[in-house]
Amino acid sequence: MKIIDYSDRDHYKTQAFQTPFHERAAAFNQKHCWGRWKDYITANTYYDTATEYFAARNACSVFDLTPMTKHRISGPDALDFMNRLVTREVGKIKPGRVGYTVWCNDAGQVIDDGTIFHLEEGVYRLCSQEPQIDWLMTSAIGFDVDIVDETHDVAGLAFQGPTTCAVLKLMGLEGIENLTPFGIAKFDLDGFELTVSRTGYTGDLGYELWVAPEHALTLWDRLFEAGALHGIRPIGSEALEILRIEAGFILAGVDFLPANEAVRPGRTRSPYELGLGWLVHLDKPYFTGKRALIKEKENGSRYVFAKLNIEGNKPAHQSFIFDKRQKFAGTVTSAAWSPSAKVNIALATLEAPHGKPGDQLLAEIYYQRELKWSRVMAPCTVVEGVFWDPPRKRETPPPDF
Amino acid sequence: MNNSRTNSNGGYDAIVIGAGHNGLANAAFLAKAGLRVVIVEKNPWIGGASVSRELHEGWIYSNCSYVCSLLRPEIYRALELAKYGLQVVPYGGSVTFTQDGNYFGSYVDEDVSRREMARFSERDADASLRYHADIMRQCRFIRQFLLRTAPDPTSLKPFDVKEMMHLGREFWKLGEDTLGDLIRFYTMSISDYLDEYFEHPVIKAAYAGSGIIGSALGVMSPGTAYVLLHHAMGEVDGSIGSWGFARGGMGAIAKAMAGCFEAHGGEIRTDAGVEQIIVKGGKVTGVALENGDEVHAPLVVSNLDVKRTFLQVMDEKDLDAEFVTKVRNFKIRGSSGKLNIALDGLPEFPALRGNPEMIRGDMHFIDSIERLERAYDDWKDGSWSKDPYVDLLIPTLTDPTMAPPGKHFMSVFVQYVPPKLTKNGVKGCDWTDEDRDAFGETVINQISKYSPNFRDLILHAEVRTPRELEAEVGLTEGNIFQGELTLDQLLFNRPIPGYAQYRGPVKGLYMCGSSNHPGGGVMAAPGANAAREILRDLRKPNTVPEGWLDD
Ligand SMILES: Cc1cc2nc3c(=O)[nH]c(=O)nc-3n(C[C@H](O)[C@H](O)[C@H](O)COP(=O)(O)OP(=O)(O)OC[C@H]3O[C@@H](n4cnc5c(N)ncnc54)[C@H](O)[C@@H]3O)c2cc1C
Repeated sequence: MKIIDYSDRDHYKTQAFQTPFHERAAAFNQKHCWGRWKDYITANTYYDTATEYFAARNACSVFDLTPMTKHRISGPDALDFMNRLVTREVGKIKPGRVGYTVWCNDAGQVIDDGTIFHLEEGVYRLCSQEPQIDWLMTSAIGFDVDIVDETHDVAGLAFQGPTTCAVLKLMGLEGIENLTPFGIAKFDLDGFELTVSRTGYTGDLGYELWVAPEHALTLWDRLFEAGALHGIRPIGSEALEILRIEAGFILAGVDFLPANEAVRPGRTRSPYELGLGWLVHLDKPYFTGKRALIKEKENGSRYVFAKLNIEGNKPAHQSFIFDKRQKFAGTVTSAAWSPSAKVNIALATLEAPHGKPGDQLLAEIYYQRELKWSRVMAPCTVVEGVFWDPPRKRETPPPDF
Repeated sequence: MNNSRTNSNGGYDAIVIGAGHNGLANAAFLAKAGLRVVIVEKNPWIGGASVSRELHEGWIYSNCSYVCSLLRPEIYRALELAKYGLQVVPYGGSVTFTQDGNYFGSYVDEDVSRREMARFSERDADASLRYHADIMRQCRFIRQFLLRTAPDPTSLKPFDVKEMMHLGREFWKLGEDTLGDLIRFYTMSISDYLDEYFEHPVIKAAYAGSGIIGSALGVMSPGTAYVLLHHAMGEVDGSIGSWGFARGGMGAIAKAMAGCFEAHGGEIRTDAGVEQIIVKGGKVTGVALENGDEVHAPLVVSNLDVKRTFLQVMDEKDLDAEFVTKVRNFKIRGSSGKLNIALDGLPEFPALRGNPEMIRGDMHFIDSIERLERAYDDWKDGSWSKDPYVDLLIPTLTDPTMAPPGKHFMSVFVQYVPPKLTKNGVKGCDWTDEDRDAFGETVINQISKYSPNFRDLILHAEVRTPRELEAEVGLTEGNIFQGELTLDQLLFNRPIPGYAQYRGPVKGLYMCGSSNHPGGGVMAAPGANAAREILRDLRKPNTVPEGWLDD
């Protein structure tokens, strides 16, 4: 079953589609607070963002990620094609494993980031924020590969939080505790196939659960049944936003502009400029953007992606960042108060050479109290690593809570 | 006009020939600077190609231009057109009907639009992001020059040097890639350009249409990519590329400009066609009207196209031979026609299966590049297209002021219609009334193929070929832009090299029509830019706004 059938001439009557989980999600969505995610409506918040956030950090949370763009890549040249497409060595992502990656245009500027699921030998699923079929087809010239957009063929839930492994065990997923981070496993759930990957966008222990759309409601029901005594809650995009900033994950269109949508020169970013140099494997055979990236590596980058620890408690949304001499150094792209780390955090794009770990900068923060706006210049420090990094994220088997 | 001003000796400071929207805008800016200005217009009404007339009782047509996007917002604001009654209401969406009974729509909602495209090609749906980003890049470059006078690259005057440097800087700022793209873009055919993005013929056809509007070029002719840009660089309320309806028809734009002009003491004389611009001692001194009157002023601004200005209302002996030759060579081939139709009700388009969105925007009936090109072949052969490209709108679905409730006005712009016909192998034959009616019939047939009840709803139709456009509006050969929009006639080459700064070859003579930079469309930029240059020459304070930059 396809959730959205592209051949439907009357599709316009449904401006925004419901995901296969909608019926259940709607029952929880006491606020009727829905947002638009590409072709779908999904919850911004169900009940209360703070409560939802803590479900993910304290118990377990369910986020509907069906609208995520998914492409299936297979065929004899699938591996070679993937290696030409992305910056990292895909050969190292064995069947049953997942790898995070970016892909660039010829100029070495990031088109999007996403995850590669090596579903079975030579069959990959690429998950991304933006549709990529045009770029994938462009990149496929000369390769014997088969590329299909399967966004609407797969329903998905992100199941994240410290009690998730316990709940999946209760659900009867035998051996789930042995799944290592970035591993994929398949299970039989009431006679249909459930794919589980130990992946997520929260930087914590967690899984992503994938089924054919017709089994979505069963999955939801089984999950909530099993999680009932383990604090399960659906969460919306507002809570996820805080979770991903704490985890240091970037978001297309927020922390960087997809290169093929950029209009103004200089607005795009290279992987190095997004702090993703570790994903660029210059020692592998040629891939798109490699020449430009080699050059950048030699000559230096224009921008530095930085994680900021900001003094005070006022989130630095859209702040300008200045250096000690009050000269412009960059801007914040994402900001939040971190309820888990109890620090005021932000992701920022800084002009090189700013942004070295330990650099002391100033964030210009506007905040409002009872309709009165004030401004502070809050000192901040460039930090290394992520703001929230619990050991359970890496442990196999993971703890039960 | 009771509040009109003449100077102390009862004369005028300036005469503007033609009450087209550029003449009106020009005159309004001059009047705002305190000049005593009179507009002399040959028709009993004002507006030129930006006109609304009631030809069938109860129906107001937009007789020529019909949608608004190019009108510079800076001018809208500076002339207080809102205060003088102008309201531009945006509309969205478009549809291309296909011969197999299907249609391809474009929607205001970007996700719905993407899905609609995916119905034809998933890849094209995705590629459209890249396409729109690239078009926007070109828009950003061109838009900043709309309210600037083009520099003369051969001149060493400080103004020209400064502006040339600006142009160079902006070129350079585009970055290496875009610079190359820019040159390709201005010289490519829209068909070749679209091939670099899209694979589906219907999608290409849907996008290609605005590359040929008003142009005597085919979708496969080099230069048509720019024509598309000309239709994408406008805006409504900051939304670049959006189009809107002027409430009350396009005549509302002229009316509001006239309101501003008259409020600043300006005078408009209608039924006052100019027979000749009077030149004495190498200077203009006024105009002689067709009715025998003379009006005098040291400054004459022509809103007419460059051919009409220099070859019809000036004595060629007052001009240099080479100049006249260049004016003769100016390309102004007519290629468009129009039907304005009063309808007794709303026509049905069965392919839409009741889709209410699609009839509110532009409707098109050509579903392939090849059909578009064949439509052009007919033009080359001296005939109107037998399978014409039309841009069809029903403004009354948005605008309640143009027809009685439940009744409708349909505006049908038609491409291609030649200025002269080839009949029985004889080229250059004049249009006759029978030819015009046969052309109208061709268009009505084309629409009827997609709307079976359409013909029965027709209460009145105004059919316009280049003959009517030339006779009424004075557009030479019926060219809607007062001259073709090809690179050889753009920027500092518009209308001809050395005369791109709105000044004529005779002292006191200026040009403000669409023949000048930045070209045709209801944009008002040529009129405004000309006013700025005139005020500069007169050392008067400038009343013309600078362009608002996008960043
Ligand atoms: C059929 C058609 C459809 C169009 N559709 C659109 C559209 O939808 N959107 C858009 O933006 N643009 C459109 N255009 C283009 C746009 O309308 C014109 O480019 C623009 O209106 C030209 O304005 P102008 O003031 O430069 O000249 P004109 O409008 O040509 O004005 C010239 C004026 O001079 C007068 N005149 C001529 N000779 C004499 C004389 N000897 N003495 C005195 N007066 C004289 C004329 O009567 C006229 O009023 C269309 C044009 C046409 C013809």
